[in-house]
Amino acid sequence: MSSTPYAKEALPRGTGAAAVAMAVRRAAPAAAVFLALCLVPVAAHLLGQPFWLGLVARIMILGLAAVGLNLVLGYGGMVSLGHAMYLGVGAYSVGILSAHGVDSGLVHMSVALAVGAAVALVVGLICLKTSGMAFIMITLAFAQMFYFLAISLKQYGGDDGLTIAQHSRVPGLSLGDPYQFYLLVLALLAAVCFLCHRLVGSRFGMALRGSRQNPRRMQALGFPILRYRLAAYVLSAMIVVVAGVLLANLARFASPSYMSWTLSGDLVLMCVLGGMATLLGPIVGAAAFVLLEEFLSSMPLELPPVLADLVRTHWLGFFGVFVVGVVLFARRGLYGAVATGGDADD
Amino acid sequence: MNAQLIATQVLNGLQLGILLFLMSAGLTLVFGIMNFVNLAHGSLYMMGAYLAAAMLGAFDSFLLALLLAVPATILIGLAVDRLVLAGLYSRDHLDQVLATFGLILVFNEIVRFAWGPAPVYINVPQVLSGTVDLFGFPYPAYRFAIIAVGLAAGLALYALINRTRVGMLIRAGAADAEMVGAMGVNIRLLNALIFGLGAGLAGLAGVMAGPILSVQPGMGEPVLVLTLVVIVTGGIGSIRGAFYGALLVGLIDTLGRAFLPAVFDALASKAFAQAAGPAVASMLIYLLMALVLAMRPHGLFPVRHA
Repeated sequence: MSSTPYAKEALPRGTGAAAVAMAVRRAAPAAAVFLALCLVPVAAHLLGQPFWLGLVARIMILGLAAVGLNLVLGYGGMVSLGHAMYLGVGAYSVGILSAHGVDSGLVHMSVALAVGAAVALVVGLICLKTSGMAFIMITLAFAQMFYFLAISLKQYGGDDGLTIAQHSRVPGLSLGDPYQFYLLVLALLAAVCFLCHRLVGSRFGMALRGSRQNPRRMQALGFPILRYRLAAYVLSAMIVVVAGVLLANLARFASPSYMSWTLSGDLVLMCVLGGMATLLGPIVGAAAFVLLEEFLSSMPLELPPVLADLVRTHWLGFFGVFVVGVVLFARRGLYGAVATGGDADD
Repeated sequence: MNAQLIATQVLNGLQLGILLFLMSAGLTLVFGIMNFVNLAHGSLYMMGAYLAAAMLGAFDSFLLALLLAVPATILIGLAVDRLVLAGLYSRDHLDQVLATFGLILVFNEIVRFAWGPAPVYINVPQVLSGTVDLFGFPYPAYRFAIIAVGLAAGLALYALINRTRVGMLIRAGAADAEMVGAMGVNIRLLNALIFGLGAGLAGLAGVMAGPILSVQPGMGEPVLVLTLVVIVTGGIGSIRGAFYGALLVGLIDTLGRAFLPAVFDALASKAFAQAAGPAVASMLIYLLMALVLAMRPHGLFPVRHA
């Protein structure tokens, strides 16, 4: 593939029209995705479907979390089944601060990022001592620990979750307005994607991907792979924390269920569904996930009423069958299958 | 806090530990020998409990329900293994996690479809509905029976693995499955056997837990997570690790929930104790696991591969 560490240098640096054409071809999928996302508010306004904004905002927020997870999962090869806990860290930072009357969005975000980074540093250090199966399970267990912590916080809603009285206050923006909120989410998503794009292509990203493909060789080459992995883990956690802050603002609610292990599994699924180790795969995966969820749980197709009812009530079961099918038969993911050149890394 | 209360809680912890051991023993074998992550193990436990409820409705005998539900769970386990999981043995852990994650959703909905979303209750069998007298204090007979059945199953498993030819093959498979296959042993049959064994133990745990828990869709997941904690703490692939890990987790979780709020109450202000007591108690086993893994990344009883 064109983006393995050595191939990049080995390719002749083309000049003129060929190089431009190549650059355009590589940037085209990203441009298409973001252009489509920019057009959603226009379409929603023109067609009088304001509910699309919330739906697509949810897709982008989950996509943002999946992009964060993809950094460790796709590029780093670390299967974390506990990333939803950072969604919870973000959401509860907003919720708890708001409950105490602090409503500045900047404070929310900085506290959430600081707490998230501190937690990720400690949790990452412990988890990264293990690998393979033990890593999957220890990340899951840490997420459960925070899940139960949130449930036992009776003064902050406990089991029922925490209603957030008002949106985070951001200077110059009103997050209560669905259009402004949508654009903020889109801007943050674009910024994080650009950051990840630069990161993955950097020396750091190369070392991280190298340590996925052959940790022993990387170690022998003198790379301190634990440090690279820990840095990637913390960074990825912080991206998910941002998604958590946004999620709390979208729903005006912080719930322990944001940290449930099923949501962690969903995030992993989004990465795999869209295509791991691709920049935009997780976003495509999140879109497919949310849309399928909406489709199955409302079942708009003309089916015999009994069947339609069955799908609507037991849509999770059909979703499960779909998941098993994807794993068994569609191994490269939706976006991964489309993006043949570009940023696929395998 | 008197001696009887403490003794009762210790026995409760033991009883939870034994249930967890039944779950972990099978799962740790599947992990250790087949190198396979099976998150749907908790679903087999749930199926065991539901099948027992159904059989109990049909035959009105708990013993018969137990004797029928466990083989039925084994059959379900083997069917899932053949139909879905066999294609995943050679895949990486991520694919296995996702596929079995999908299976959990399917199983939960099957149960919800067949038995409805409301919890089903199983009555404690008549013979065991009283209490037994243990050194002068009463303890529910059924919970005592769980401990006894679990210990018996543990001993049988120990004998099977350490004293029989099949057990020898299982141990050899844990060390080097490929070599065992090369020596002419039908490794697929061996794998199916191990998977069936694990499913049977999970089913047994489900049946035994049925009368003391509410049987409902999704009941397998909390147990699954505890089982994973046990396995990681004990050391993946080690039956001995699963046994001690299960007892440790069962005791710490039960005793922590029972006594930690009181301990906090004695040490700090009431408001703090009320807030922190349950929180810390529910996190205790995860802290234990983090501590163990921070010091011994391969668990308490790591399996030594030659």
